[in-house]
Amino acid sequence: MEISLTVNGVLKTVAVTDVNTPLLWIVRDTLGLKGTKFGCGKAACGACTLHVDGEAVRSCSFPVKFAEGKEVTTIEGLGNRDNPHPVQQAWIAEIVPQCGYCQPGFMMATAALLNKVPNPTDEDIDKNIINVCRCGTYYRMRKAIHKAADLQLNRESNESKEL
Amino acid sequence: MADKENGSKKVSRRKFLVRGGLGTIGVVAIGAYIFRNPIRRELLGFANSVEAPFTDNTDRPMVWFEVTANNEILLHSPKMEMGQGTFTGIAQMAADELSVSMSQIKVVHAASSTGNVDSFATGGSTSISGLWKPLRELAAMLRVMLIKEAALKMDIGSDELLVKDGVISGNGKMLTYAQAAEGVENWEVPDVPALKDKKDYKYIGQPVPRVDLDAKVYGDPIFGMDAEMSDMLYGAVVRPTKIGSTFVSADTSAAENMPGVVKIIVEEDFVGVVASSMLEAEKAKDAIVVTWDSYNSLDTSTIKKMMTVGNGNSTTIQKNGEAFREDDDFESLEFRSPIGAHAQIEPNGVVASVEGDSAIIKISTQVVSITRKEVAKRLNLDTEKVNIVPTYLGGGFGRRLHTPHAVQAAVMSKAVGKPVKYFFSRKEEFQHDMFRPPTHHVIKGKLNSEGYLDTLEHEFVSGDVATDSALIPNALTNVLGADVGAIRGGFIQYTAIPNFKTVYWHVVLPFATSWWRSLGLLANTFVMESFIDEMAIKASKNAVDFRLQQIGEEPIDIRLKNVIKAAAKKANYHEEVVNGRAMGFAASIDANTPCAQVAEVSIVANEIKVHKVTVALDPGLAVNPDQIRAQCEGCVIMGMSAVLYEQMFVEDGELIPTIYGPYQMALMKNAPKVIDVVLLQGKDTPGAVGEPPLGPIGAAIANAVRRLTGERLTELPLKISRASKL
Repeated sequence: MEISLTVNGVLKTVAVTDVNTPLLWIVRDTLGLKGTKFGCGKAACGACTLHVDGEAVRSCSFPVKFAEGKEVTTIEGLGNRDNPHPVQQAWIAEIVPQCGYCQPGFMMATAALLNKVPNPTDEDIDKNIINVCRCGTYYRMRKAIHKAADLQLNRESNESKEL
Repeated sequence: MADKENGSKKVSRRKFLVRGGLGTIGVVAIGAYIFRNPIRRELLGFANSVEAPFTDNTDRPMVWFEVTANNEILLHSPKMEMGQGTFTGIAQMAADELSVSMSQIKVVHAASSTGNVDSFATGGSTSISGLWKPLRELAAMLRVMLIKEAALKMDIGSDELLVKDGVISGNGKMLTYAQAAEGVENWEVPDVPALKDKKDYKYIGQPVPRVDLDAKVYGDPIFGMDAEMSDMLYGAVVRPTKIGSTFVSADTSAAENMPGVVKIIVEEDFVGVVASSMLEAEKAKDAIVVTWDSYNSLDTSTIKKMMTVGNGNSTTIQKNGEAFREDDDFESLEFRSPIGAHAQIEPNGVVASVEGDSAIIKISTQVVSITRKEVAKRLNLDTEKVNIVPTYLGGGFGRRLHTPHAVQAAVMSKAVGKPVKYFFSRKEEFQHDMFRPPTHHVIKGKLNSEGYLDTLEHEFVSGDVATDSALIPNALTNVLGADVGAIRGGFIQYTAIPNFKTVYWHVVLPFATSWWRSLGLLANTFVMESFIDEMAIKASKNAVDFRLQQIGEEPIDIRLKNVIKAAAKKANYHEEVVNGRAMGFAASIDANTPCAQVAEVSIVANEIKVHKVTVALDPGLAVNPDQIRAQCEGCVIMGMSAVLYEQMFVEDGELIPTIYGPYQMALMKNAPKVIDVVLLQGKDTPGAVGEPPLGPIGAAIANAVRRLTGERLTELPLKISRASKL
């Protein structure tokens, strides 16, 4: 069976033997995008967080059939070295990662949060950013989330000035 | 070896291997033998007192540096990067002595084929301190060698040449390092040059960003889980769920004809399946019916009963003055810590390719040398023919000191004649972890007439940490007298007390326990610093003053006093409850690095809430102060996760829980909003950083709760009782 979905802006059609295959493995193994991580397979840690139509989704427990016709964004599509997303800029400014394995999931969760709540309070962050980081980078992450919100708001206001 | 005729130059020449034209034009690789030390001294480094130096056991030279054609320096690191920032620190050290910019240094994990294999492990907070001298010396030697070649090529005296950012210039001429190295076949190896003055360092001591920052922010495929090989198949291994299971038989008939299945492998110690995809391998694995001889009815209470002071064998690891007599009047408390899981987010995984008489293994490992030897032994290969290609680690914490999965993947690869990738499920990670052992402690103290301790005794029991591990064979454990991991943090630091004694009891548990970041430090410091606080309260003394008065006058004692004073001052430590919050104080020495912490705590919705933690750490010379701060922040959060939330249970012979959530860990909402770090420099060389800040956090929190509620918490994870809930 074939499933069509847009991944990081590019339309992809993938052959799957089981439409319930978790989206994570299609992204990682079929499409070769390794930035989205496997952590637990039970949507308990958030390492596999990516966006489906702009919503943060734990892709290890998200059947690929539900991504049919949708826009999937992974860490590779969030931004890149030439054009970083404000969340990535903030992560670099605060030097957040330690081992780094959980970080793409946190950045994707943060980017989705900022789309809904452009200037989150600490309470908003506590309620919405519920992934697991074993190195304990939460302290810097919180600072980076606030910084990312500032960067994104500034970017948007600059863009509206240019218009 | 071959350089006997070189007389007095023998030592330094024998240290070096120099090869021209390695792979590409303009490449030079240099390597060295460094400091062979008796293993006993290395092991004692783990036992708290001596800093373990980097050591090497191999008889072959090791490749450390390559100068590439585009004038970059490749640094082959024998230490793995698992988040602790070692790659950044060693890049800073090399850049300064080589006179290149940070962007010109590329740090990579040394594959074992380079020979640059750490015979021990990446662990014990020893990477930067151990490499501090030898790495800078090697870098300085390479710089001198390159200048010498440039001088010959440009026909200018070495003394007239200057180096900046990897460009050698003088007399209006210039050559890059790559140009200087190009075509050189016979290098002149100098004696170890004088190292630069610290004031001339451009990067050492600076908070330069992590060298792996971009890769980790843009999602580059750098981890073991991301590794692939062409034409790769996927493996899965059947594991028992019960403790102490032994294999009896396997019925593989249902799995054999399942889609994608290539081969089922039944070995004496594991049953594996290889299939075309990971999901097919997992499905086939579930269809294999293995009979285990495993029935047991172990539960948490059985384990606790086993883990009680007085069981097993005892060793007195510290004694001064007289011990208590039975009729003495003393204060006594008992403490417990639970079984802890590593719970690193990247599961253990590996890709192995065995072809003919050689093997390639891509893996997240803390023990390249052991992984290599184990694979070679099982497959009966020459060790030199097994190339371990280490990747970045998605967390180490001691979990990756054990890599039997590398052997299993290699066996499966050999059986199917293709590369095989396989990794643990999360359930397997939790059930087959090499856990932090549970502990039980009995501690007794008696005050003198001035209200200071006259006698202090600590007896504790722990499961294995170092004993019987692949890192330290049992014979050596016996030589050392006690489990060097379990006793970490177990030495009484209040040596001005006239009488004190520490006794370690060793009990072997029915499941594997092992190295968990900071080893015994977490539990031992929780116990000691909780008890010291209780005695200060009994003596009606300020907890900081009470500590300072009972510390000795050795250099390490002075450093300990300084971090205690610095933390108290920075946090404005006091013992009043203000606006529903109280402070708790604790301090420890681990691997020669003293650390003091103040936790500010309240009770919110009947749970302990940590608002702020102040850390004072004396790591010696700070190669990268920002990454030392990051380690302090991480230790505070990982430590509070362990002392407030985490515990494994044993139920009907199974270790549970098997997933995050039920295995409760600190999340964003639990992390302190403020972590204030003060760095002191009490010695002029770098010391241990990655584990020492894990020591004080448990007692700092428990002591704050004691001030807040009056309740002395004696069991991890810390939970306030109904009676003391506010």
